[in-house]
Amino acid sequence: MPKLESLKKMKELVAGHFTGLDAAAKDPARKVAWCTSVGPVELLRTFGFEVYFPENHGAVLGASRKANDYIPRANAAGYSPDICSYLTADVGAFLAGETPLTHGYGLQSVPTPDILVYNTNQCRDVEDWFAFYARHFDIPLVGINSPVQVGDVTDELVKTLVPQYEELIPVFERVSGIKFDIDRLREVMTDSAETSRLWGEVLGTMAHRPSPMTFFDTSVHMAPAVILRGLPEASDYYRMLLKELSTLTEANVSAVKNERFRIYWDGMPVWGKLRELSTFFNDVDASLVVSTYCNSWVFEAFDPSDPFNSMARAFLELFIARSDKAKEVIMAELCEKFSVDGVIYHDAKTCPNNSNTRYGLPQRLRERTGLPFTIVYGDLNDLRCFSEEQAKTSIEAFLEQIEGGRG
Amino acid sequence: MSFYCGVDIGSTWTKAVILGEEEKSDYTRALVRTGISFEAAALSARDEALARAKLAPEDITRTFSTGYGRMNAEFADGRRTEIACHAKGAFHSFPHPCHVVDIGGQDNKIIQLNASGAVEHFLMNRKCAAGTGSFIEEISRRLDIDMKRLEELAENATKEITLSSFCTVFSATEVIKLIREGENPENIAKGVFNAVVARVTEMGTLGGKVVLTGGVAAAFPIVAQILSKATGQEVFIPEHAQFTGALGAALEAKTSS
Ligand code: SF4
Repeated sequence: MPKLESLKKMKELVAGHFTGLDAAAKDPARKVAWCTSVGPVELLRTFGFEVYFPENHGAVLGASRKANDYIPRANAAGYSPDICSYLTADVGAFLAGETPLTHGYGLQSVPTPDILVYNTNQCRDVEDWFAFYARHFDIPLVGINSPVQVGDVTDELVKTLVPQYEELIPVFERVSGIKFDIDRLREVMTDSAETSRLWGEVLGTMAHRPSPMTFFDTSVHMAPAVILRGLPEASDYYRMLLKELSTLTEANVSAVKNERFRIYWDGMPVWGKLRELSTFFNDVDASLVVSTYCNSWVFEAFDPSDPFNSMARAFLELFIARSDKAKEVIMAELCEKFSVDGVIYHDAKTCPNNSNTRYGLPQRLRERTGLPFTIVYGDLNDLRCFSEEQAKTSIEAFLEQIEGGRG
Repeated sequence: MSFYCGVDIGSTWTKAVILGEEEKSDYTRALVRTGISFEAAALSARDEALARAKLAPEDITRTFSTGYGRMNAEFADGRRTEIACHAKGAFHSFPHPCHVVDIGGQDNKIIQLNASGAVEHFLMNRKCAAGTGSFIEEISRRLDIDMKRLEELAENATKEITLSSFCTVFSATEVIKLIREGENPENIAKGVFNAVVARVTEMGTLGGKVVLTGGVAAAFPIVAQILSKATGQEVFIPEHAQFTGALGAALEAKTSS
């Protein structure tokens, strides 16, 4: 795949995000919030908070192969090797007083927070994770305690969640010193909705045969949709990317040198092995054209004219928070839309929440779609749980199986 | 006359097979310890097979490699995963829809084949070697009993024990506990084989006929009996079960062009 111009722009945006956070943390007049990746970011931005995402830091630790330097430190402090390895890598790095942001962006430390905000729609680990920092910094820890295993997202269910969002307002007012302004919230929601829509369109280009990007590209390109959600820069970025991608699809440029297999990747990336796996998939002519993970930042429900209900709805509709029955329907639709030949599930040892392999979903989806699947055992960050050789053998054998099935 | 070679470079043993035009069941085979160099093991297995077949390397039309070290056999013309090769080799000896169960030195596989021998689905065990050949080796070392005698002992067991741990090291601890409790060696030996089968049957459902391949099946036929009892299915062990992967690789070499 040719190097995209947008990538340069994204690097600038990410650098600006971190240096901006650093400056805000050092300025007593400005406030920093730490938030989960699918937490109420829009609400925080309404109050002028600079928002930092510990999960993103976890991914940076993984991608820079630093995670395993720090995970044991958190393990020794009582955080089990069986729990979220974003948490253990991040807490371990904090205990060591180190961060890859020093090398990457010149930050001496992660930006000190004034408030911690979570949403348990993704998992309970985030609350425990942030509780560590709440104790350390002695600052407020607030959030949304969301139902999980959600089937249909009904209006009634949405309504029950709205008060939790409203209850955050006085806390945010107190910490930020700024009064709540619903029009400002509508503005932020407009930006978020636009970012979501565009990110969805970006991912949609991969339905083209051959796909102009793979999961390895989108794992990188999704950064603005996560860390800059609610800011106009994010939508500007995706407009630029989309333009480049349409040139590629028009010219039938393929992300892998020879797209013989179109694969659905379910689960998280193995951050420390992005490059190796990307090269490997390219070598075996397989393009990962759709993923549950990257699609999770497409929030179709956002509606600035109805901010609270639509926010509550968007965060309930999140794939990870849904019942297996709902997940099966969503995945089947994606399989069809992206014309995949099969599904590879990544069972991440330390994130059961993103591992859709443990309650028979792969078998049921195969039954529904007729598509074959295989499971790769690994982890998002803890490379002690990942055998590269075994994973590659599984994947190669899976592609041989697909090939054999073609007759 | 054309000849085809398949080399299966496993974690413990490297196997080579040479096939001629007509497919005899008594094809040429060679077996060497893999040791620390996959490339050297692959070459020496192939050379040994060549010597047995009284052939020179240039007599071989094509060679395919498979197994854990398949990338390391640089002399090979092609490579396939052990899943594809076990499927091919097993179906060659047993041309029916079936589940192939391969118990190797360090991993186990279940491969589901349809009526034309195509792979419908496959499963590999997770990272731990519990229930594999190296598990049997480790436990026999703990028991201080020669591996070869383990089956003989198991045949005289009077009680069914199954080591339940997913982990080889924990299983060894279970064995120590049994010894301490005065359990007799026959029952413990049977427990080891029961554990091998349990690790396989908990990987996935085995419907229809079962073909058991790999070194463990070849060395310990009792595993097939236990597996048959556990699944209620007929279990078939191909001749030269340990060479199924290498045979599959040779067949792949023959059919590819
Ligand atoms: S969803 Fe998984 S990876 Fe994300 S924070 Fe929770 S446990 Fe960690």
